[in-house]
Amino acid sequence: MKHPYAITLDVGTSKANHTGSWRTKRPVYVDRLPPCNAACPAGEDIQGWLSLAEQGDYEAAWRALTKNNPLPAIMGRVCYHPCETACNRAAIDESVGINSVERFLGDLAIEKDWVFDNPETQTGKKVLVVGAGPAGLSAAYHLRRAGHGVAIREAGPLAGGMMRFGIPKYRLPRPIIDAEVERIVAMGVTLSLNDKVDDIEKAMTEGGFDAAFLAVGAHIARRAYIPAAGAAKVMDAVSLLRSMEGEAPPLLGRKVVIYGGGNTALDVARTARRLGAEEAIIVYRRTREKMPAHDFELEEALEEGVSMKWLSTIKAVDGGKMLIEKMALDETGFPQPTGEMETLEADSLILALGQDVDLSLLDRAPGITIENGVVKVGPDMQTGRPGVFAGGDMAPSERTVTVAVGHGKKAARYIDAWLRGISDISTEKHGLASADRLNAWYYEDAPATVRPMLEAARRVKSFEEVAGGLNETNALYEARRCLSCGNCFECDNCYGVCPDNAVIKLGPGKGFQFNYDFCKGCGLCAAECPCGAIDMVAEDI
Amino acid sequence: MSEAKTMDDVQKLKFYQKGTLTVGNRLVDEAERNVQASQARTNSLTSGHRACQGCGEALGARYAIDAAMRASGGNLVAVNATGCLEVFTTPYPETSWQMPWMHSLFGNAAAVATGVAAAMRVTGRPNARVVAQGGDGGTTDIGFGTLSGMFERNDDVLYICYDNEGYMNTGVQRSSATPPAARTATTPAIGSEPGNVFGTGKFLPKIAVAHEIPYVATASVADLHDLEAKVTKAMGVRGARYIHINVPCPLGWGAATNDTIRLARLAIETGLFPVFEAEHGRITAVRKIRDRRPVTEYLKPQRRYAHLFKGDKEDARVARIQAMADRVIAEYGLVEA
Repeated sequence: MKHPYAITLDVGTSKANHTGSWRTKRPVYVDRLPPCNAACPAGEDIQGWLSLAEQGDYEAAWRALTKNNPLPAIMGRVCYHPCETACNRAAIDESVGINSVERFLGDLAIEKDWVFDNPETQTGKKVLVVGAGPAGLSAAYHLRRAGHGVAIREAGPLAGGMMRFGIPKYRLPRPIIDAEVERIVAMGVTLSLNDKVDDIEKAMTEGGFDAAFLAVGAHIARRAYIPAAGAAKVMDAVSLLRSMEGEAPPLLGRKVVIYGGGNTALDVARTARRLGAEEAIIVYRRTREKMPAHDFELEEALEEGVSMKWLSTIKAVDGGKMLIEKMALDETGFPQPTGEMETLEADSLILALGQDVDLSLLDRAPGITIENGVVKVGPDMQTGRPGVFAGGDMAPSERTVTVAVGHGKKAARYIDAWLRGISDISTEKHGLASADRLNAWYYEDAPATVRPMLEAARRVKSFEEVAGGLNETNALYEARRCLSCGNCFECDNCYGVCPDNAVIKLGPGKGFQFNYDFCKGCGLCAAECPCGAIDMVAEDI
Repeated sequence: MSEAKTMDDVQKLKFYQKGTLTVGNRLVDEAERNVQASQARTNSLTSGHRACQGCGEALGARYAIDAAMRASGGNLVAVNATGCLEVFTTPYPETSWQMPWMHSLFGNAAAVATGVAAAMRVTGRPNARVVAQGGDGGTTDIGFGTLSGMFERNDDVLYICYDNEGYMNTGVQRSSATPPAARTATTPAIGSEPGNVFGTGKFLPKIAVAHEIPYVATASVADLHDLEAKVTKAMGVRGARYIHINVPCPLGWGAATNDTIRLARLAIETGLFPVFEAEHGRITAVRKIRDRRPVTEYLKPQRRYAHLFKGDKEDARVARIQAMADRVIAEYGLVEA
């Protein structure tokens, strides 16, 4: 080739110069476990379904959600959403309203009659599920999806367990329970009601079941010894809430005292207000800070005119008079009696002191251990009797609907593995996508959407649902507030900020790849990644 | 060149890509999307160049020239002053430029660009556009005379200055754009007033505005959307145009290589670097501060300012730098009233 004057070499590209050899650290794309997913007792892939929802593909979002939890419309109302407590967005403005989006998807599915896919293959195995509460329904659903035959036997007249007989209608309307239960039954699950299992061994043998999942719930009200004289009207919370289903509502009178400090005490007080009680007074032996009930539920109760009597115990009941002793917290925070007494007049007293499990069905089952009134289970939810698993309120746990749903799913996975003869089904978990890994600059300010609430005046007159739902516009907005912590959402930042063009964009949905021939390891991509999906790893030198 | 030929319009939408903050702002109109998010970007300044790790200038130059390439339909010639950008991209016979590019001397980029523009015109190629580019040394010091001439004659050239506040590839000497108190090889951190003196230096964008040329803007590698929009706007105008881009230098500033964009962002958010636009001698738009930060956050990660934070008493000059930032904020109205 003839060169121009004073030129002796051909011009070449700098691409011949592999600057990657300068690198001491290399960027690597990683997936991290978002805090919402890590906190979810039902093991939902929250970030995954929010991501589908924010693209407006609600059916896909609902299907992704129900892969782990078959009860989104229920969950969107009664879950205490530990996901939102864990949400990294709280450090920027407010947590993503995950629970309200979940409810939106659940309600939309009911409105659109979306149904679950039936299992593609049948295993021929049969599993007995005892109890149609959240744990039982969740287990039945997951077992059926895995292709097993499932029969649920429920002692009560209706399915739902404590969701129906423990949670008031103003928090969870009954048509919602019916719709989500029906959808599970429609997968080919047999549900028989008023069908109590008294002896699990007998039930399994007679029905020819290969395995069983027990989730009978905690339906026996705990009692406290309170000397009662005269015609005192004393009831327990479980029977009161149960009697709200179908039968004539109980007569409580004008002034009702509730004894206890859990969520059930609040449910009862709010129910009493709706039944016409002018005063509903909760007597609790400790303080607001020590109360096991959730603070937002207490707030809602106070808005409805429920009053609280802190640091008090009931010593005796005589007709309409209750003898109250004042308490004081000692150094350890435990309430101690002070000897100071007062009298409180009321028409009825309702005890909300916790619940126990009826474990009589296990009397003849070998190898089962009972500790503190609940059944001992292994990490696989299996009891001491091989093939019998247990969960929900009858296993050691925090007693919430979501935990029960999580138990059902976990037990179903282990039952499935057990039936297939696989022992180890544990999967490796990614490291947590903590807030310090985010580059929050890239997230625009977007405060949370507030759910509409029924006015307090209308609440105490009816059992109408208190919390409203989101519509499509604000549900979409709320879903899009998700930060996608720890998982690439293709924002193109790494592709843009690389001074060496060493990031290859693979195209929509395919993500990116580093070109290590030219990557000098400056770390700009990792520093500017909004969601912390790039790690800098030392090179072996 | 990238293999893909189309804009990635089918890429899924995410909320945080709606605005101007991330590179892939896919919820805005396709025409407004960042060039840098596209698989079809020209990568005018491609891989294999010898810039330091985390070089702000390499990044700023690719951002600006890719945007100018899109705006001109690829009909672009670049004239480069001597400086880092010339040295690290084009060690003979290799080049990282995937476009017509020429280099003459340190101080004459604006004059050569004027000549190229004239040549294009007289040879019947009025659609071929010309950019001239250089660092702060080649622009504010050595090339200032030819640049002022180019402005004064209103020649049809877009001049882009990548300001890294010193002569970096020759060993970090002071330029007239080096800020007060910064340590360089020629303003060492010794004596009673270590580092560069206060009260010197020039802010060339203001001088450019004073020439009343059609378009002047400042931009930053920390705000890609703004930078691309300004280059695109400048390419839509004929006559003399000037864009001044703040490009942190990990080597000269003594900063971590992964802090380049963070420092550029802090320069804006502290008020030290005003981001604005001016047309025909008047300021027409300013970019407001989003999250105002104290200057210490900007100064501390840079070793060129380390002497300000030695000992247990804060150097009084930190307050002077803060006062400079406050003055800039007041002058340009950078904080929402």
